[in-house]
Amino acid sequence: MTVLSLIVFLPLAAAAVLALVRLPDGAARWAWLALTVADLVLVGVAVAAYETPPDGGLALEQRARWIPSVGSSYHVGVDGLSLPLVVLTAVLFAACAVYALREQRRPRAQAALFLFLQSTCLGLFVAQDLILFFLFFDLSIVGMYFAIAGWGHGDRARSALKFFLYTFLGSLALLVGFIGLYLAADPHTFDIPELVAAAPLQDSPVTGGWVLAALLLGLAVKTPTVPFHTWLPPAHTDAPAIGSAILAGVLLKMGTYGFVRIAMPVLPDAWQDWAWVLITIGVVSALYGALVALAQTDLKRMIAYTSVNHMGYVVLAVGAAGLVGSGETARELAVTGAVTQMVSHGLTTGALFLLAGVLHQRRGSYAMDEYGGLAAPAPRFAALFAVGAFASLGLPAFSGFIAEFQVFTGSIGATPVAAVALLGILLTAALFLRAVQRLLTGRTTGLSVGFPDLHLRETVAAGGLLALSLLVGIVPWPLLDLIAPAAESVVDLVSR
Amino acid sequence: MTPALLWTVVALPAVVGALLCLVGRRADRMAPAVAVGTAAAGLALAIVAAVLRPEAESRFLPGLPFGLAVDPLAAVVLPAVAAVTLLVLVFSAADVEDGRARFTGLMLLFAAAVAVTVTATTLTTLLFAWEVMGATSYALVGFSWRDRDKVGAGTTAFLTTRTADLGLYLAAGAALAGGGGLALADLPAAAGPWRDVVAAGVLVAALGKAAQLPFSFWLSRAMEGPSPVSALLHSAAMVAMGGYLLLRTAPLLESTGWAGPVTAWAGVLTALTLGAVAIAQSDLKQLLAASTAAQLGFVVLAAGVGSVSGGAAHLVAHAATKAALFLAAGAWLSALGTKQLTALPGAARRWPVVGACAAVGLLTLAGIPPLSLWATKDDVLAVAREQSVALYVAGLAAAGMSAAYAAKALWQLLRPIPPDADAGYDTEEVGNRRIRTPQVAPVVVLAAGAAVLGLLVWPPAGTELRAALGESGAPRPPLLDLVLSATVALAVVAAVARVDLPEPRWAARWLGLGILTDRLVTRPVLRLAELLARFDDRVLDRAVLSTGRAALAPARALARFDDRMLDGAVGGLSAGTLRAARGAAVADTAGVDGAAEGVAAVTRRLGGLARRTQTGQLHQYYVLATLVLGAGLALLLLTG
Repeated sequence: MTVLSLIVFLPLAAAAVLALVRLPDGAARWAWLALTVADLVLVGVAVAAYETPPDGGLALEQRARWIPSVGSSYHVGVDGLSLPLVVLTAVLFAACAVYALREQRRPRAQAALFLFLQSTCLGLFVAQDLILFFLFFDLSIVGMYFAIAGWGHGDRARSALKFFLYTFLGSLALLVGFIGLYLAADPHTFDIPELVAAAPLQDSPVTGGWVLAALLLGLAVKTPTVPFHTWLPPAHTDAPAIGSAILAGVLLKMGTYGFVRIAMPVLPDAWQDWAWVLITIGVVSALYGALVALAQTDLKRMIAYTSVNHMGYVVLAVGAAGLVGSGETARELAVTGAVTQMVSHGLTTGALFLLAGVLHQRRGSYAMDEYGGLAAPAPRFAALFAVGAFASLGLPAFSGFIAEFQVFTGSIGATPVAAVALLGILLTAALFLRAVQRLLTGRTTGLSVGFPDLHLRETVAAGGLLALSLLVGIVPWPLLDLIAPAAESVVDLVSR
Repeated sequence: MTPALLWTVVALPAVVGALLCLVGRRADRMAPAVAVGTAAAGLALAIVAAVLRPEAESRFLPGLPFGLAVDPLAAVVLPAVAAVTLLVLVFSAADVEDGRARFTGLMLLFAAAVAVTVTATTLTTLLFAWEVMGATSYALVGFSWRDRDKVGAGTTAFLTTRTADLGLYLAAGAALAGGGGLALADLPAAAGPWRDVVAAGVLVAALGKAAQLPFSFWLSRAMEGPSPVSALLHSAAMVAMGGYLLLRTAPLLESTGWAGPVTAWAGVLTALTLGAVAIAQSDLKQLLAASTAAQLGFVVLAAGVGSVSGGAAHLVAHAATKAALFLAAGAWLSALGTKQLTALPGAARRWPVVGACAAVGLLTLAGIPPLSLWATKDDVLAVAREQSVALYVAGLAAAGMSAAYAAKALWQLLRPIPPDADAGYDTEEVGNRRIRTPQVAPVVVLAAGAAVLGLLVWPPAGTELRAALGESGAPRPPLLDLVLSATVALAVVAAVARVDLPEPRWAARWLGLGILTDRLVTRPVLRLAELLARFDDRVLDRAVLSTGRAALAPARALARFDDRMLDGAVGGLSAGTLRAARGAAVADTAGVDGAAEGVAAVTRRLGGLARRTQTGQLHQYYVLATLVLGAGLALLLLTG
């Protein structure tokens, strides 16, 4: 068993043990934390062992027989597109375990569920086989369904069901696309590297277009992009803080990751044909998400809509990468930016959702107008929230700037139309500053009076994520050294 | 060794500032001393750097390094900004009472961002520092966060300047597309129309930061921030950086053919109109703010006509002048609780040293010889006249405006103390009626600077600067011009002593730019946001739900068909695969599901709920799913 498999299945095994063994609550919470840290250490080992593979190949690869009858195998491996997301996943789950150290509601079950969820997320990012990818994709939906329905609040049953139905339907579209690829490949296979090498459907634009449409539909629902995003706000609003952090931080990336891992390299011709559709969806999502977020009065809904905005930049960048007529440097920069954005969004939005959860945990409300002057009773909360807001609006020295600067410079370099999306960063600035103003400043009124400041575990969890965002913002090249070669090969592949 | 020096210039204030912010209240006591020490070290390092001219480069983004260098232009501006930072921090040690660690920390972070801006060699580096400057300025203007209006002023400043900053993002993309690279020195090499886009983007960003038309209004609101903030940000550093960027990219502006004249006219028109705005102000800080925009107009003009040495000299001399005046205004505000000119008669006599310094500052602003701005401005105008007499005349008229508003403030402050002076005090805050030595000393140093920094255009310093910037052949102002501008200034100052200046409403309200922006931009955008939010909830979301429901009816019918007929027929690999995957998923889910007892309890409850409210929907959904799958398969088999 290689280190990747160990990384994927350690949480799953731990989940099984936690589910079966009746540990006391405290022990279960600490065991969860210990396991996420152990997994994080393993991921560290994997990063240390990682060397950029030549010719856009995979590292730490492992392949075993699984369902040979349909050309599907247990095939895992990482490259510069997936390894950063594996690290992000491990980090976010560890942060959630820290945050949940005082969870009172069925902590053992929660720990088991989140460990299970962690396995599915990690599994998806290392999967190199479409069936394996799909399996983890759907299992993550199931896991998140229970996280929302079991530990959420408000109208959680309904929100969870909506989330489940919507994203599951999306996953079926994805499956149709996968089967299309399978049938088109000769010999039939679900293996991603083999499909990439074969690039089936290169010569059949109509079928290629339909298969890409199915893939895009599935991935667009998960990302989500306008107009397939309406499951997101209720899911976030009613999810527990750590559920939201994982949903936004990791699960949304499964959609955008699917673009760069599967859709772009396997269907280059169709991707080029569809580039303008993607650019349009990206620009519309970025602006629409930001505008709708600007009008929100509920903090969590607001942050949820900013995810639509942030993911819009990613879609814009990967769309621009399909414009083969334009400069290659620009398109590589755009894709590097897109992957950086996935990591960055996970860190900053994850932190913001954890902080938003503090409001609900203390006062049962996310309504911004019911607070005011929080900076007086809760200076630590105020400081972290303000930092998170600036990180999320793309301030330099945080990861968001690194991501967005590359996305914009690269996309505008590929097509000037991308400049329209620049208004998105202005709108996000406006909405976050408004939120800061409403929540933190002014006289201390309403629910803010006597608001207890962040506990150590909350500070560590949210602060740690933001510190990582700061680190990436100031010293970005270790991360970009991972991503850039992979982005280069994706652009090469999509330009075929 | 020299790259390390440059990194230290940048990193020292950044690290100390970040630490002060991080430690917060516990560091309040020691913060002023630490900050002043850091700023003093920063000044020393800046001077050394100005002499040694170090360069430094670090990896940053793929193909886009983080580059810093001290060239002749930066060598003039870097020590000047460092000096003003130090003096303002000395002043703040006596003036700022609350949240000293946060205040000084933010000031140092700001200073670091300015140091990077001044020395940046690439667009990436520049934009990085440029936006951090904006964010720290937001935090400093809105420093008193208990007052939402002040935070709102910070928000206005940040959003307005960020609107303009989008120009830099655009410029970066265009520079990449143009193939010339992102180094500032390479921008003029960008190809064809891309170069025009780069120039336009840079120009817009600079005009926004420099509070030039039409962005000027943010500076008015920014006056709600603490006076030391204005003294640093709104004289020497942030606003001035807008002008500085244009000086640095003057070759780019010139290369396009159109950007130079546009820049020049934008500058001179701002100098004129904001001069009129300054004349109409009755609040000392508002007057000084409008004057800042107007004076920066001369720097922008300089960049437009390619007089980098004159522009740099004007920028530095203005920095000292305006910082002195803002600090004096701040000292009076803390002492008397007002910054209204009508309440300040005699303020200069009450504290003669501060009063004398303010007088020197105002006379400098007015363009009275031999004080600095008289010479630096004429240096710029001489080059402008080479290009267009109209520019020169407009510039001279703007100089007359400066004399008028400076004189307005000067005469008011110099009047004897009226017997009922106390009635006008304490209208804005409660004054403590004292000005302490640490507040006075920086004002004295800055006023001295205001008086003598004109040396930057006279030999020998001026000759050297022009040589270093490659402008040795630039036209110098003839004696007649110098005499003419001096005469105009003296005449206007004398006239203002006798005549009351008009205060038209349009000018008093900063041309209504703020209100206009609110009506034409802010409100429509918010309205649009609300409409879209409603659309999202009522149309998009519901459409999805009703589509789901509508799909169920035929699905139900087909389900029966499917169950009885198709199921058996659909064979083949794909369906097998699907079932295998689904089977694995279900087994896995069921396994975990059954094992996790807590989860099971919830499932049961949810199952109950689902049974009651959603009878059969999941089942129907699966049918639908199968249907979609079947359709997709059929499509593939037909077209493939």
